[in-house]
Amino acid sequence: MKFAILVNEGPYTHQASDTAFQFAKAVLAKGHEIFRIFFYHDGVNNATRLTTPPQDDRNIVNRWSKLAEEHNLDMVVCVAAAQRRGIVDEGEMKRNGKDATNLAPGFRISGLGQLIEAGIQADRLVVFGD
Amino acid sequence: MFVNRKAPYGTIYAWESLEVVLIAAAFEQDVSMAFLDDGVYQLKKGHNTKGIEVKAFEKTFGALEDYDVTKIYVDQESLSERGLTTDDLALPSRCSPVPILAS
Repeated sequence: MKFAILVNEGPYTHQASDTAFQFAKAVLAKGHEIFRIFFYHDGVNNATRLTTPPQDDRNIVNRWSKLAEEHNLDMVVCVAAAQRRGIVDEGEMKRNGKDATNLAPGFRISGLGQLIEAGIQADRLVVFGD
Repeated sequence: MFVNRKAPYGTIYAWESLEVVLIAAAFEQDVSMAFLDDGVYQLKKGHNTKGIEVKAFEKTFGALEDYDVTKIYVDQESLSERGLTTDDLALPSRCSPVPILAS
């Protein structure tokens, strides 16, 4: 089956992004396909490479990046939600006159249309968050 | 079907969800919206957010009509629990108060 995943909560505060990650892993392990993982609301905070959790804790951001690399996943961060919360790639840095970027590897910033397309293309869009 | 369970302010869920609805409608999807629990406050007339310095988005609901989003369902029980009637709502002509099972 072809899945799309929507992550609506940030890392560490809320279980949602952990569960979404475990779900994504399980989906792939069962041989299903993930069309796209979309990050919205505080979920965009899953995409900052500047997180530094204690060494004995899971690194949620790196975990996403690694999964994306291993399985060639399309992980998309909503541009409007990202701008509000300071998630920046090269293009956004230039466009908005910022002095840094923080988007983690494996993520890309794009519009909500990518979420709608994922809903259309996938057999199931599974939402994680409140 | 977009389910709205949160108050309009206090968290950003309501506002960012409305943005998704408008995009979905722009992509000509068959959109319907359900309002239940504190989500019914999103439709209440006369938002005044001056005191909290947050943008009021009551007017943006008006754009729904431009995008042909007309299937708007409001949970009757959630309204009653909060002492509201359809007269308190900003979209009375297109709101159908129906019982929705709130889990």
